[in-house]
Amino acid sequence: MPPREEHTIVLETEAEPASEPDGARQDYAGGERSGFALTPRQKRVFVTLALLLAASLVLFLTWDVNGHWDFALPRRSEQIVALVIVGLAVSTSTVVFHTLTANRILTPSIMGFDALYVLVATALVFMVGSATVAQIDPLVMFGLNTALMMGCATAIYQWILGSGERGLYTLILVGVVAGTFFTSLTNFMFRTMDPNEFDSLMTTLFASFNAIDTTLLWIGGGLLLAGVVVVFRLVPRLDVLGLGRERAITLGLDYRKTVTWLLLVVALLVSVSTALVGPITFLGLLVANLAYQLTQTHRHSVNLVAAGLVSIIALVAGQAVLEHVLDHNGTLGSIINVVGGLYFIGLLLKEARS
Amino acid sequence: MITIDALTKAYDETVVVDHVNLQLPDSGVTSLIGPNGAGKSTLLSMVSRILGADAGSVSVEGVDVFKAPSKQVARKLSILRQDAHTTARITVRELVEFGRYPHSHGRLTADCHAAVAEALTYCDLEDLAERPIHQLSGGQRQRAYVAMVLAQDTRYVLLDEPLNNLDMVHATGLMQLLRRLADEKGKSIVLVLHDVNYASVYSDRIIAMRNGAVVHDGPPEAVITDHALGDVYGMEFSVHTLGGDRIAAYFR
Amino acid sequence: MKLSRSTVAAVAPWVAAAAVLPLAVVSVFVGAANVDFGALWSDEQSRQLLLQSRLPRTFAIILAGAALAVAGLIMQHLARNRFVAPSTAGTVDAAALGLLTVTILTPGMAVMGKVLVACVFALAGTALFVMLIQRVQFKDVIFVPLVGIVLGGVYAAIGQFFAYRTNLTQTMSVWMNGDFSGIIQGRYETLWLAGGVALLAYLFANWFTAAGMGKDFATNIGVNFKWAMAGGLSIAAMVTAVVVTTVGAIPFLGLIVPNIVTMILGDNLRRILPTTALAGAALVLVCDIVGRVLIFPYEIAVGVIVGTIGSAIFLALILRKSNRYAAA
Repeated sequence: MPPREEHTIVLETEAEPASEPDGARQDYAGGERSGFALTPRQKRVFVTLALLLAASLVLFLTWDVNGHWDFALPRRSEQIVALVIVGLAVSTSTVVFHTLTANRILTPSIMGFDALYVLVATALVFMVGSATVAQIDPLVMFGLNTALMMGCATAIYQWILGSGERGLYTLILVGVVAGTFFTSLTNFMFRTMDPNEFDSLMTTLFASFNAIDTTLLWIGGGLLLAGVVVVFRLVPRLDVLGLGRERAITLGLDYRKTVTWLLLVVALLVSVSTALVGPITFLGLLVANLAYQLTQTHRHSVNLVAAGLVSIIALVAGQAVLEHVLDHNGTLGSIINVVGGLYFIGLLLKEARS
Repeated sequence: MITIDALTKAYDETVVVDHVNLQLPDSGVTSLIGPNGAGKSTLLSMVSRILGADAGSVSVEGVDVFKAPSKQVARKLSILRQDAHTTARITVRELVEFGRYPHSHGRLTADCHAAVAEALTYCDLEDLAERPIHQLSGGQRQRAYVAMVLAQDTRYVLLDEPLNNLDMVHATGLMQLLRRLADEKGKSIVLVLHDVNYASVYSDRIIAMRNGAVVHDGPPEAVITDHALGDVYGMEFSVHTLGGDRIAAYFR
Repeated sequence: MKLSRSTVAAVAPWVAAAAVLPLAVVSVFVGAANVDFGALWSDEQSRQLLLQSRLPRTFAIILAGAALAVAGLIMQHLARNRFVAPSTAGTVDAAALGLLTVTILTPGMAVMGKVLVACVFALAGTALFVMLIQRVQFKDVIFVPLVGIVLGGVYAAIGQFFAYRTNLTQTMSVWMNGDFSGIIQGRYETLWLAGGVALLAYLFANWFTAAGMGKDFATNIGVNFKWAMAGGLSIAAMVTAVVVTTVGAIPFLGLIVPNIVTMILGDNLRRILPTTALAGAALVLVCDIVGRVLIFPYEIAVGVIVGTIGSAIFLALILRKSNRYAAA
C-alpha cells in the first residue's frame, strides 16, 4: 500500500522562512489554492518520514524471508495492511481528540473510548448469549458493535463535554474515571458470565498485534477510509476549533454539531483499531506529539498526515523488531506503551524547563 | 442595535445576572463597570452566546443570537475574552486570518487578504506578522487578538476586561485603538473595564452593574459622579475634572 | 441539613464507626459455608471456619480499606491536589512492578521481603511523580493526576513487557485486582503493618497539614518540609505495597473515600483522618459483602466491585458538583 497522502501534498517551490520574525510574507494560507503548502522544515520532515516509511516497509517485507517468498509475502502484506489501518485510525482519532479537548496529553484511550468498545462488545454477548452470537456473521457482529459504540460514545461524551461550560478539569477527570468504570463493568460481566460464553468472548474480542483479526481487514479499511474522508472535510473547522471553544463559537462555528461529528468519527476509528488489535494506550500519544514537534504548526492537514506517517512507521518497524530481534517474545502493544510512555515523560521534563 | 431582554443566569442558588434589560447602541464606545461578581462578564458572555442563558433573549439587529445559525451571528458580533489564550502554535498573521472564517470558511478570498492586511496595519502589527503568538509580549498579543476581531469585520465588538495584565503604556494604547475603531470605522465597542477612569475618558456611555442588575446607565457625566460610583462600589469617591476629563479618586 | 460543620465533624467518626461494626458482623457470617452462631461452642468446624477464614478476612478488609483511604488522604494533602491518590500517582503500578521484580529474581523470598521491595519501588515511583510535578511549572490541576495516571501506565507497560516474557501476565493481573477470597489465617497479617502505619499518620497529621500548605508555610512554622514529604509519601508507599502484596490493588479507593469525606467535613487533616479510615473500611466491607452474595455461592472480587460502584459514585459526585470543580 503506497502512502496515499503523498498525492495530496502540493510541494511549493518558493522557499519561505519558517519562523524568522521579519521574514518575507508567508503566503501559504492563500485560500485560492486548496493545496497543502508547506514550510521548508515541513517539507524536510515529510521527505524524511516518507523515506523512513519506505525503509520500514522493505525491512518488514524482506527480513529473514530465506527464499520462502510465496509464503512470507502474502502473509506479511496482510499484516502490513492491518498495521496501516490501525496506525491511521489511532493517529487520526488522537489528533482529532486533542483538538476536541484542547489538550495534548489525552488520547481517546486514556479517556475510556476503547474500554467502552470492549464493554459494548461484552454487554452484547452478555445479553444475547454466546450461542446466538456464534451464529452471527463476525462482520455483522463487528458492524453492530461499532454502531452501538458510536451511539454510546457520542451520547456519553457529548453529555460530558456538555456545552463546554463544565470546564476542562471536570471533563478530563470524568473521562478518566469513566474509563475505569467501563473496565470494571466489563470485568464484572466477565465474572458473572458462563465460562463458555467467556471463552467465546475472549477469542473474538481480544485481538492483539500477535493475533490480528484478519476477517475484519476489509471492512475495517473501508470504515477507516470513510472516517479519514470525513476528518479531512472537517479540517477547516478543526483549525478553528484549535483556537478554543469560545473563539470557535465567536467565529461562527456550530460547536455542538461539529463536536458531534468529530466524536462520531473518533468512536468509529477507535472501534476499528480496537476490533483489529485490541486496546493500545500510548501509541496515539506518542505519534501525535511527535508529529506536532516535527511540524510545528497548528494546521490539521499537516499534522494529520505527519501523525499518520509516524504511526505507520512506528507500528511496522516495531513489529519487525519484535519478530526478529525479540523473537516474538513480547507484544507490540507493550513495547509501544513503554516507548510512548517514556517519550511522554521526556516531553514533560522538556516543557518543564522552557 | 443589540437588544437584551430579561436576560438571566444563575449558578445553583446564586443569581449572577438578574433579568437585565438593555439596548446597546450600534456605534460608539460603551463600558460596563461594577465590582467583582456584579455579572458584567457573564452578561457579555451571554450576549455573545458563549454562555447559554437561563432565561431571556438577546438579539443583534433582529437576529436572535441563541437561535440563529452561529455563522450568521459571527458576521454581526465578535467577542474577545480575557482568559482565552490559545495553545495553538500559530503566527500573528494566521491568527488574524482566522478572523475571516465566518466569511470564507477556511478558503481566503482576495477580500479576505485585504481585510487581514488592513487589520494588521491598523493594529501596527506588520513587523510582527510572522511571529508565533506565544513569543509576543502581553500587549502585543492583545493587539493581535484585536486585529483578529477587526478582520472578522463585525459591527459589534465585545471585549471582556481587555486591559487585564497590561501596563499603563499598553492599556492606554489599546484604549486609543478602540476609540479610533469606533470613530473611524463606526463600530460599536462594548467592553468590561475595572478602571473607572479609563471608562470615563474613553466611553460614550457607561453602564454600571451591581449584584446582577444595571444600577446606573448614561454618559460619563451622569455615571462618573461621587454619588453614582459610591452607590455602585459601596465606597467613597471624589470625582475631579482634569483637562476636561472626569477623573475619580478613590485611594483614601 | 442545617447542622454546622463542626457538629457534623464531631459526630462523623461515631457514625462511621457505627456503620463499620454491623458490617463487620455481617462480613463474618456471610459466605459459602454456613456459620451457625449458636453452635459455635459445640461445633469445632464452625469455630475453625470462623477463626481461620472469616475473622481474618474481616480484619483484612477493615485494615486494607482504612489504610488505603488514609494513604489517599495524605497524598491528596501533600500533592495539594484532590485527585492524587495511590492509583493516580503511579504508586500502585510501581508497587506491582517491584513485586514482579522480586518474583522474577528471587521467587522464594519471604512475604516481608517482598513487601519491602514493593515498598521501595512504590516510594521510588511516587518520588519520580512528585519530582515531575514539582519540575513542571505548569501546575494545572488536571495535569497533575493525569501525569500520575500516565506515569502509572508506563510502569504497568514495563511490567507487562517483562511479565509477558516470563509468563507472569496472569499473576500481574491478580496483583492489580483486589480479592479477599484467598485470605485465611497466616496470610493477611502483614496488613496489620499497614494499619499501624496508618495510625502513625494520625500522630504526624499536623506535619502533613503544614507540608500541604507549601514549603514556605511549613518552614515558616518550623516544620521540616522535606522530612514531612518523605514521611508522608513513605506511609502511602508502605500501605500500598502491603495491600498490593497481600490482597491486590483496590482501584480508586484512596481517591473516592477522601474526596467524599472532605466534601462533607472540610479539609482539616487531623480531624477527618479517623472518619476517612472508618469510611474506607465501611466501603470495602460493603463491596466485599456484595461480591460474596451477588452470585452466591461464587464470588466477585472486591476490586471489580469497588471499581464499578466507586467510579460510579465518583462520577455522580463530580457531575453533581460540577461547578465547584469546574471553578478550580
